[in-house]
Amino acid sequence: MNTNSKLMIIIRRILHAVPSVIGIIIVTFVLTRALPGDPAVYFAGPAATAESIQEIREALGLDKAWPEQFWIYVSDLVVGNLGVSISTGFPVAEELARRLPASLELTLIALIFSISIAIPLGIAAATRPNSWVDQVCRLVVTAGVSLPVFFTGIFMIYIFYYILGIAPSPLGRLGIYFMSPPHVTGFYTIDALLVGDLEVFWAAFVQMIMPAITLGIFTLAPLARMTRASMIQVLSGDFIRTARASGLSRGTVLYKYAFQNALLPILTTLGMVFSFMLGSNVLVEKVFAWPGIGSFAIEALIVSDYVAVQGFVLAMAILYVILNLTIDIIYTLIDPRVGLDG
Amino acid sequence: MDRRNFLKTAGVAAGASVLPFLKYLPAEAAGRNDTLVVVTGNGPNSMDIHRKGTNRPSYQIAVNLYDRLVGYSTKTLENGSLMYDYTKLEPEVAESWAIAEDGKSITFKIRKGATFWDGAPITAHDVKWSFDRAVSLGGFPTVQMKAGSLVNTDQFVAVDDETFVIKLLKPSKLTLPDLGVPVPIIINSKLAKKHATEKDPWGTEYLHRTPAGSGAFMLDRWDPGQQTVYKRFDKWTNGKLPGILRVIIREIPSASTRRALLERGDADVSLDLPPKDFAELQGSDKFTISGVPIENSMIAIGLNLDFEPYKNKLVRQAVAHAIPYDQIFKQAAFERGIPMWGGKSAKPETIKWPQPFPYDTDYDKSKALLKEAGYENGFEVPLAFNLGLAQWSEPLCLLLQESLGKVGIKVTIDKIPGANWRTAALVEKKLPMHVKAFGGWLNYPDYYSFWVYQKGRLFNSMNYHNPEIEELTEATLHLEVDHPDYEPKIKRMLEIFFDEVPLIPIYQPYLDVAMQKKVTGYKYYAHRQLDCRLFDKSGSA
Amino acid sequence: MTEFFKHLKYVLLDNPITLIAGIMFLVIVVVAVMGSAIAPYDPLASNAALTLKAPSWQHWFGTDQLGRDVFSRVLVATRLDLVIAVSAVAISFIVGSFFGSLAGFFGGWWDLIVGRMADTIMAFPLFVLAMGIVAALGNTVENIVYATAIINLPFYARVARTEVNIRRNAGFVSAARLSGNSEIRILITQIFPNILPPMMVQISLNMGWAILNAAGLSFIGLGVRPPDAEWGIMVAEGTNFIVSGEWWLALFPGAALMLSVFCFNLMGDGLRDLVDPQQRT
Repeated sequence: MNTNSKLMIIIRRILHAVPSVIGIIIVTFVLTRALPGDPAVYFAGPAATAESIQEIREALGLDKAWPEQFWIYVSDLVVGNLGVSISTGFPVAEELARRLPASLELTLIALIFSISIAIPLGIAAATRPNSWVDQVCRLVVTAGVSLPVFFTGIFMIYIFYYILGIAPSPLGRLGIYFMSPPHVTGFYTIDALLVGDLEVFWAAFVQMIMPAITLGIFTLAPLARMTRASMIQVLSGDFIRTARASGLSRGTVLYKYAFQNALLPILTTLGMVFSFMLGSNVLVEKVFAWPGIGSFAIEALIVSDYVAVQGFVLAMAILYVILNLTIDIIYTLIDPRVGLDG
Repeated sequence: MDRRNFLKTAGVAAGASVLPFLKYLPAEAAGRNDTLVVVTGNGPNSMDIHRKGTNRPSYQIAVNLYDRLVGYSTKTLENGSLMYDYTKLEPEVAESWAIAEDGKSITFKIRKGATFWDGAPITAHDVKWSFDRAVSLGGFPTVQMKAGSLVNTDQFVAVDDETFVIKLLKPSKLTLPDLGVPVPIIINSKLAKKHATEKDPWGTEYLHRTPAGSGAFMLDRWDPGQQTVYKRFDKWTNGKLPGILRVIIREIPSASTRRALLERGDADVSLDLPPKDFAELQGSDKFTISGVPIENSMIAIGLNLDFEPYKNKLVRQAVAHAIPYDQIFKQAAFERGIPMWGGKSAKPETIKWPQPFPYDTDYDKSKALLKEAGYENGFEVPLAFNLGLAQWSEPLCLLLQESLGKVGIKVTIDKIPGANWRTAALVEKKLPMHVKAFGGWLNYPDYYSFWVYQKGRLFNSMNYHNPEIEELTEATLHLEVDHPDYEPKIKRMLEIFFDEVPLIPIYQPYLDVAMQKKVTGYKYYAHRQLDCRLFDKSGSA
Repeated sequence: MTEFFKHLKYVLLDNPITLIAGIMFLVIVVVAVMGSAIAPYDPLASNAALTLKAPSWQHWFGTDQLGRDVFSRVLVATRLDLVIAVSAVAISFIVGSFFGSLAGFFGGWWDLIVGRMADTIMAFPLFVLAMGIVAALGNTVENIVYATAIINLPFYARVARTEVNIRRNAGFVSAARLSGNSEIRILITQIFPNILPPMMVQISLNMGWAILNAAGLSFIGLGVRPPDAEWGIMVAEGTNFIVSGEWWLALFPGAALMLSVFCFNLMGDGLRDLVDPQQRT
């Protein structure tokens, strides 16, 4: 009975996502068509004449009416053809496949950093509510989320690289003298480990430290707050009182019982934070010369490369939908309360 | 031993045992002097300069990885910088050439023993295929070829493997120099044709990603958006073999990071820094700043004659007198250029170009002219600039806004992003007032007039039309400089430019490049790309 | 009313940080309102002789690359940033809670449509969506406000929907129905005032986010037009001068930005305490 109703909920959630995807496709199309700048002019290059521009406009199909262009766009999409980027000359799908691992790798490291600070802080704050520990925790994480991300990034480069010289040069994913490991996942750290290459692993890892910290500082607040709130809620529950009364050690009570039960809302926040990071790393990538999808999007937008922007936005949006769906599904599967009234 | 050195030596030790995985470059002591590290803002988006939509940074591929029939020789400026000399060409793939008696053709002798990277010999057939491609694919390359009167494929004849003939439509002083610009590259036609298809007879798909040339450098790897790496072609015979074995060009979007990298020694050469940074690094003994005035180029204000007040010459002259030249030169350009104001007379004394226009900052004169034109109370006008050039454009516009306010002209500032700029300024020509930064590859005032002052031309964003200028430009474009008609016609042309001022120049900008002291051999070209063949790091280290 | 003030006093005193945040907020509002009246120099006046001077007694925050006084610019920028934040959030709040309430109250088709639209907006990487909107419409202050408002709509819609849904069949609502009030009247007069408290928290947090958003857009070049003074664009321009040692161009506007966002965030916490003690986080 239970599994059936859970399955129903999952299927329903997947179906719910479909109209969103349709909406996304339409909005993406309209938005990119509204971008200023004429791709035909860009393509025609310097020294083009009005005739050659018109020729190119026809070749790109830009002279057709919007509904017709939309139809072409959708039919291409269905076969997975995201078009060829005007500014880079490569198929958009290829660009995304090349750049997505770079962003994902950075985001994941940033997330790990964020979690490793936010959760202990949140737990500490939860166990001593309203004490000075709680206030300090609140101040620290709020400060983190109040700074513009590019500001933090540039100051970090200035202080740790330029003045102190302890940070590696902000050149991107690898230092000058290192070449990327053979491509398996696109994550340089994992790929390097797969061939047992510790130098490249380390080289790739150190390049991520500063950008990951910059990104991670920004997400301390939601994680710490949710941890604190969730833990407080759980700690006030009856079963905790019982566990304490039974004489279980503080550590056991805290980690074995309280934390595990507080996990669910934390997981949801984690998902939200991850998807937020993936979208907002645009600025961090610009500052640290990180060749991810964020910098791809900015460059494409500035030159009004509508094909690339379309492809990027669509890919990101679908990624989000899948991500949120996955979290919903995990939540549904884990939470024993869901599905009981199904 | 700092961390970087530790990694290098540890790496060498480990690397020696896993030789096939060349996961990093040899980091022995000598290695560093053979490798040049360049940081720039934007990188190439194609390996093929003939392709439509290829961006400016891609031209460096044409310059370093491909050869041309001829190259430009080198001249040394007073401050020691090296510069190309377009009046003296030197052999590259063509070891000699001769202009026919009747002036209607040029015959080139292809160098014996010159080969492409794959060992195939360079023949006149490769040259013909490449030139045919350049004039057939359309777009910018075709137009550039046309500037040198290279228009039809039947102008190019491969008499035999070693002899190539260009038939001229008309004799022009621009033809030979046009052979040295980045566009007429010589492609390995056999290799390219192997990858050509019926739908793609010129091999554009293949050449877009993989260069097939004979240049002094080969492509080691290309990570679009991140870096381009060249390695030396050791069998290069079309000139002196380069002293650098490897060139690593990294794309770093943030200008302040580029500067930091240079100052900490992690980069050898840095391009595209703000003029302020170049001015500051100039005095340092750790760096060499090569500042060469960009030829045939001026930073100017364009006044659109479609905008009512600017239809009146007096108003344009009034604007020319209300520009805070000195302030802009010092605060926006940090004096990285040559002033183009304050000329002494309304009639030019020489045909030197660019030369200062006869205007100064003079608010009284400006107000008087406005009054005479009937605009005593001024008017409102938007001033536009290209967001991509904001580093110096923005302060320039702010100063201009303030200054014009003093004579009653109320300016609002429009920041226009990249692609939209070209459309609005150059295609639709609808910007009433804007910043112009055109620079011509062939250094003649008639060439400038051709692109900027003639009616309907792409860079005539001022909608300027003057029949006398049309006539003068047509007459002088293909005329030799020492022809008796040339000088008087050019002088008349400049006189009109001075008087009509649809375009008000402010300064001729420098092309600045910052290098570590031990890097020598930087040579300035009109195409503004780095020619890595002359670089050397071993000399004064 | 006295109950309210007693409660307010209790919350403020119990939590000193909230008090500090409250005071900071008042300072910000005062500076914004008084604007150029208290600025020592004209924020737009350039001065060739005084470019890039370090902080001194004449220029507390130093001067920028055109010789303008940074302190004056930071003060005057307060108004513009506050206006952007308040307008964006106000539009977001009004439009979002309007549709969210309809969705929560009437359910059915309303719920479906509003839900899907909110999902669609939220599926975009928010900052990129803002970038896209401003790039498409042009970078004026109005468009920045609209873009920020649009990307924040879904939050209000969701909160409104949930809160209205919970109270839809509450006792007092049923009572109002029995008295003969129309559904719309009930929604506006009975339910809406009751959902305001949880929304207030969201509003405060959003104001901080709106300012950061505008700053981010400026960094890419899609922010307000020069020579307007706005913290974000001042930081963005100032970052070009950090490496050459002129740190004050970026630091002071950045600090002002940080303090304001910090203040809004802390106020959000305070408002939450004020409004619903059970949900204190």
